[in-house]
Amino acid sequence: MLEIAIILGLAVLLAWPLGHYLAHVLRGTPGPLDPLLGPIERGIYALLRVDPARGMSWVGYARAFVATNVMLGAVMFAMLMLQGRLPLNPDGIGGMSWDLALHTMVSFVTNTNQQHYSGQAQLSYMSQLAGIVTLQVVTPMMGLALAAAVLRALVGGRNAATAKEGEARDVGNYYADVVRLSTRVFVPLGIVLALALSWQGVPSSFDGAAKAIPIDATAGMQEQVIPRGPVAAMVAVKQLGTNGGGWYGPNSSVPLENPTPLSNALQTIAIILLPIAVVFMVGPLIGRKRITPLIFGVMTAISIPLVALSVWSEQQPNAAALGLAAPGTNLEGKEVRFGAESSALWATLTTQTSNGSVNAMHDSLNPGAGIATLSGMLLNSTWGGVGCGLINFIAWLLLTIFVAGLMIGRTPEVFGRKLETREIRLLSLLVVWQPLVVLGLSAISVAVPGWTGNSNPGFHGFSQVFYEYTSAFANNGSGFEGLGDATVWWNLSCTFALLAGRYVPLLIPLAVAASLGAKRVAPENTGTLKIESLTFGATMVAVVVLVALLSYLPAFVLGPIGEWLQLSAAAP
Amino acid sequence: MNVPVTQSPLPQHGAKAHRPGLDRAAFMAASIDALRKLDPRVAVRSPVMFVVLVGTVVTLVIAAEQAAAGSAFGFTLAVSLILLATVLFANFAEAIAEARGRGQAASLRSTRAQLSARRLVDNREDRVAASTLRRGDIVVVSAGEPIPADGEIIEGLASINEAAVTGESAPVLREAGTDRSGVIGGTQVLSDRIVVRVAADPGESFLDRMIKLVEGAQRQKTPNELALTVLLAAMTLVFLIVCASLPIFGAFVGAKVDLVMLVALLVCLIPTTIGGLLPAIGIAGMNRALQANLVAKSGKAVELAGDIDTLLLDKTGTITFGDRRATEFVPVAGVATHQLRDAAVLASLSDPTPEGKSIVLLGREQGSTFREAQGEVIAFSAHTRMSGIDLADGRQLRKGAGDAIGKFVVGLGGAIPSDLRTTVDTVARRGATPIVVADGARMLGVVALSDVVKSGIRERFAQLRALGVRTIMITGDNPLTAAAIAAAAGVDGFIAEATPDAKLAKIREEQAGGRLVAMVGDGTNDAPALAQADIGLAMNSGTQAAKEAGNMVDLDSDPSKLIAVVEIGKQLLVTRGALTTFSLANDVSKYFAIIPAVFAASIPGMAAVDLMRMGSPQTAVLSALIFNALVIPALIPLALRGVRLRALTGDALLRTNMLWFGVGGVLLPFAAIKLIDLLLSAAAGL
Repeated sequence: MLEIAIILGLAVLLAWPLGHYLAHVLRGTPGPLDPLLGPIERGIYALLRVDPARGMSWVGYARAFVATNVMLGAVMFAMLMLQGRLPLNPDGIGGMSWDLALHTMVSFVTNTNQQHYSGQAQLSYMSQLAGIVTLQVVTPMMGLALAAAVLRALVGGRNAATAKEGEARDVGNYYADVVRLSTRVFVPLGIVLALALSWQGVPSSFDGAAKAIPIDATAGMQEQVIPRGPVAAMVAVKQLGTNGGGWYGPNSSVPLENPTPLSNALQTIAIILLPIAVVFMVGPLIGRKRITPLIFGVMTAISIPLVALSVWSEQQPNAAALGLAAPGTNLEGKEVRFGAESSALWATLTTQTSNGSVNAMHDSLNPGAGIATLSGMLLNSTWGGVGCGLINFIAWLLLTIFVAGLMIGRTPEVFGRKLETREIRLLSLLVVWQPLVVLGLSAISVAVPGWTGNSNPGFHGFSQVFYEYTSAFANNGSGFEGLGDATVWWNLSCTFALLAGRYVPLLIPLAVAASLGAKRVAPENTGTLKIESLTFGATMVAVVVLVALLSYLPAFVLGPIGEWLQLSAAAP
Repeated sequence: MNVPVTQSPLPQHGAKAHRPGLDRAAFMAASIDALRKLDPRVAVRSPVMFVVLVGTVVTLVIAAEQAAAGSAFGFTLAVSLILLATVLFANFAEAIAEARGRGQAASLRSTRAQLSARRLVDNREDRVAASTLRRGDIVVVSAGEPIPADGEIIEGLASINEAAVTGESAPVLREAGTDRSGVIGGTQVLSDRIVVRVAADPGESFLDRMIKLVEGAQRQKTPNELALTVLLAAMTLVFLIVCASLPIFGAFVGAKVDLVMLVALLVCLIPTTIGGLLPAIGIAGMNRALQANLVAKSGKAVELAGDIDTLLLDKTGTITFGDRRATEFVPVAGVATHQLRDAAVLASLSDPTPEGKSIVLLGREQGSTFREAQGEVIAFSAHTRMSGIDLADGRQLRKGAGDAIGKFVVGLGGAIPSDLRTTVDTVARRGATPIVVADGARMLGVVALSDVVKSGIRERFAQLRALGVRTIMITGDNPLTAAAIAAAAGVDGFIAEATPDAKLAKIREEQAGGRLVAMVGDGTNDAPALAQADIGLAMNSGTQAAKEAGNMVDLDSDPSKLIAVVEIGKQLLVTRGALTTFSLANDVSKYFAIIPAVFAASIPGMAAVDLMRMGSPQTAVLSALIFNALVIPALIPLALRGVRLRALTGDALLRTNMLWFGVGGVLLPFAAIKLIDLLLSAAAGL
C-alpha cells in the first residue's frame, strides 16, 4: 500500500514541473537548450522542407498529421515485409505475413502497440530500432501535438487577438510541435530512463542472442538461446510514450525487460508520467490556471477507485482456483518478484493510460481487476494516452457542458463560445462510434464459430474477445490474451478497430474545437457556467461514469461480472 | 440620493386575461390529437419516441404469435400496451402544450375574425371583410368601430381601448407621426377618426406568425432544441447497438436473451422522458411568452433571450413610473421665484405631457393665476430637446435640457448665470430632473422634476445580476440626474442624454465585447438599434418601422417586459436541461431493476445483484416500464409551467438543479419502481 502511494505521489511530483516544461516547449519560446537542439531541429525542418514558423488551420494540421502517418506506415510496412533481406538482422529473422505486417504497422502507427507476434522471435534489430522505436518516439508526440492544437483552437487559436468571428484559427505548426516535443522532451527523458534501466540490468547491446550451455545436461537441452539487443532503450520509450510494445513477447514480466522491484517502480512511474504531465500543461498553455485542478480532480476521482478495485481484487485468492489449495493473494499469472499489489497497480495504470505494457498476465486477473482494466480502456480519458487522453477528456468535457450548461439557463458555452448543433452533431458521432466499433466487432467475432479461437468458453471467453477490441479501439495494446489472435480475421478486424480508435477520436474533437474557436466570445460572469468548480467536476464524473455504465454494463454482465457471479456461486 | 420610492408593486407579467385552463374540451382535443400523432410520418420527428413505437409493434406481433401458438402471452401483451401508453403520453404532452398555445393565440385572434373594414381607394370608401385586407391597404376607422387589422395611423389621433388584446382597460392615445402610431387589430377606437395603413397580409401578422410557433405541423425546432434532439438520437443509437449485440453475446456465453425482455431494456434505457417532453417544453416556452402578451417572430428569439448579457432599459416606464412631477422652482440669483414660476407655467400651458401638466399644477398651487397663453407653441423634439411658447407680446419662453436652453440663450446674445451650474447640479444630484427655464436671452432658473423609482426594481436588477445580466439605463436626463436614479435603482450603467445614435453605438460596443444585447424601442429612429440588438423588443404602440426591426413585439407596450423576456428564455433552457438530466439519471435504477431480470434465468448467482429484491423478473420489467411511462404525464405540468428560475449565480443554479434533477433523478425511481413492483406482486398474488 505504501509502495503504491509512493509511486503515485512521485509520479505527480515529477509530472508537475514536466507539465509546465511541456507548455514552454509548445509555446516555442526561447530556452536554454536552443544552442544545442536548434541546429538539429533546423536540420530536420530542412529535410522535411517545412517552415516551422507558419501557422496552420485545423484542416492543415489534420492533413499534415494524416499525411505523416501514411508515410511512416508505408515505410514500416515495407520494412516488416522485407526485414529478412535488410541489414541489422543477426538472428536471421524472416519477413512477416501480409496481414500480420499490416496489423503490426497500424498498431504502431496508431501508438497502440498491440502485438500479435513475439518481438524477440519475429522482428529483426532493424525492424525493432528503425521501425518500432522510431514510431514509439514520434507517435506519442503526434498525439500530444494534436492535443496542443485542440487546446489552442478552443481558446481561439494563436491568432485569437486579431482574427475576426468565423475566421480560420491558427492552431500551431504540426511539424514544429512534433519535432520540438521529440527533441526537447521525449528523447532526453528516454535517455535518462534507459540509463537507469541498464543500471538495473536490462540488456543494452547490438550483439545477437546469447547462447548458454545448461549445467544439467540430463534435461535433454544442449544449449539455451537468450535473445537480447538494445532492450533498455526500447523499454524506456515504450513506457514513457504510452506505447507498451515490448522487446520480448511477455513484455515487462520478462526479467530481461524488468529485472528488479526498482525497475518495476521506475517503469510504473514512467507509464503515468507524461499522461499526468499533460494535465499540468493545460493551464499554462491556454493561460487558464484554474482548469488544471478540474481536469486533475476529475481524472483522479475516476482513476483512484479503479486502482482500489483492482488492488483489492488481486489481494483476494484467485477466483478460478478457489476450490484448490491456493490461499493468499492472487499470484496466478504474476511475477512473485513484484507481488499482487504492484502488479494490480500496473495493470490498472497501463490500461488507464493507453500504454498497454504488462508485467502480469491479465487473463489471470480476478474479475474485479478485469472490470477495472476494461473500464480504464473504455473511458480512455483518465489519464489516457499522451495527448489522446486529454483529447478524449475534452470531448467528455464538452458533452458535460452541454447538459449542465442548459441547467443554468443559457445556451451552453465553452470558454464563452456557444456549443450549437454543428458541434453536438460531431460529438454525437463520437458518442456512437466507440460502442459501434467495440460492440459491433465483438458481436461479429463471437457470432462466427471458430473465429475467436478462444482458450476459454463462456463468460471468460467473451471477456477475452471484448477486451481485445476494447484494447485496440483504446489504442492501448495490452492483451487479455488467451486468444489465437494471429489469424487473418483478428489481424484485419483489429486493424480496423485500431484505425477507428485513433483517427476519429483525435480529429473530431479538433474539428469541434476549431468550430468553437472561431465563434464570438461572450465574457464570463456570474451567470455563466463556472466549469472550474466542485459542482461541475462532480457533474462531469457523474456524466462520464453514467454514460460508460449505460453503454457497457450489459457486456460486463456477460463478461467479468457474469464470471464473478458464476465463480462465487460455484465456490464452496 | 433621496429618490422617492413608492410601495406599489411591479406589474406581474403573464397574469393577464388570456390563460385558458386545462378544461375538459381541451383535454379531449389533446387526447384525440395524441392518437393522431401515432402516424409514423409524424412520430419519426422524435427519434426516441419512434423507437418506442417500433418496440410496441414488435412486442404486439410477438404477443400475437404466442397467442396463436397457444402459449402464455399476457406478459408480452402487457409490455406492448405499456409501450403504447408511453408513446401516447408523450404525444399527449405535445398536444396539450399545442392546445394551450392555440387557445391563447385564438383568443387573441378571435377578436378580429368577423370584422369588416372601410377601405379607402382613391378617396372612396368601400366596405370589405377584414380578412381580405392586404399589406399597404388604407382603412378608415371612426369612434365606436373596431380596428380591422394591425397597422399604423397615418392620419389623425384617437383614444383606443386595447382591453380585448392586452387586458388593460384604461384607454391609450395613438397618434399619426409620433412614436405611438401603432394600432392592433381587434381593438376599439373610442374617440375621433383615424386613417390606418394595414401592416401585413392576411395570415402574416405577428400574431399569425406566433401561432405558427406553437402549432405542431409548422413548428420549426429551435437551434438548441435541435442540438439536444441530435444528442438524444445519438444516445438512442448507442442503446440500440447495446441491445442488438446483447443476444449475440448471450448466445456465445450460453445465456439466452428473451426478445421481449430486450425490447423492454431498450425502451427503459433510451431517454424517453426528455424525448417525450422535449416538444412540449419548447411549445410551453412560446406559450409563456404569449401569456405575457409577447409576440415573438421566431422561436429562436425566445430561446436566445436566455443568453442575453446586457439589457438596455428605458428609464421611463421601466425603472421609474415615468410620471415625473414638478416639485420645486429654484431661481438663479437675481430672479424672483414668482418670475420663474410664471414663465414656467406659461411655457407649459400648451404642453400635453404629464411633466408639463405637473409644472402648471405646481405653479397654481404656489399662486400662479395664468389659465391660457396666446402665442405660437413650440413643441418638444428629440433634436432641440426643449419646448415652450412664443407669446403674442414677443417674449420667447423656453424650458428644456440645460445645454439646449444654454445654446438658445447664448444664440440670442444672452449669458449663462454663474450660479446656474450649481443650481442644476444640486437638483440633479437629488435625482430630480432639472428643467431650465429661459425668458428670451435671460435665464430664470430651474424647475425640479422628481421621478419615482419603482419599488422592487432594485431587487429585480440584483437577481438579474446574479444571473449574469447587466442592466444599462437609457435616459434623456442629464448625467447627474441619471447617476442618482441609476444608483437608486441599482443598474450597472447608464447612458444619459441618450439619442437613438447613442443607443446604437452602445449596442455595438457591447456586442464587440461578445455580449448579447436586448433593448426596447418604439420610435422609427429606434429601428436601427432594434435591428442591431440581439433581442429587439418593439412596443406595439410604436411605429411600424420599429415593429419590423425588432424580433419581438409587446402587445402591452410595457418596456419593463424586457426583463420578463430574459426570464422566459432562461426558464426554457433550464427546463430542458433539468429534464434531460432527470431522464438520464433515471436509467441507473431502471438498469438495476431490469438487468437481473433479463439474465435471471441464464446466469447463476444473478439474484445476488438484484439489489432491489424485485418480486419476479416479469414484475421487475413491468414495474420499470410502468414507471418509465408514468413519469411522462407526471412531468407534463412541470414541462408546461417550466422549472422555477431561481435568481442564483450559475454555479449555485447548477448545484441546485443537479441536486434535484440529478441526484433526485437517481434516487426517486428506486423507490417508485419498488413500490410498483410491490403492488404488481400483490395483484399477481390475488
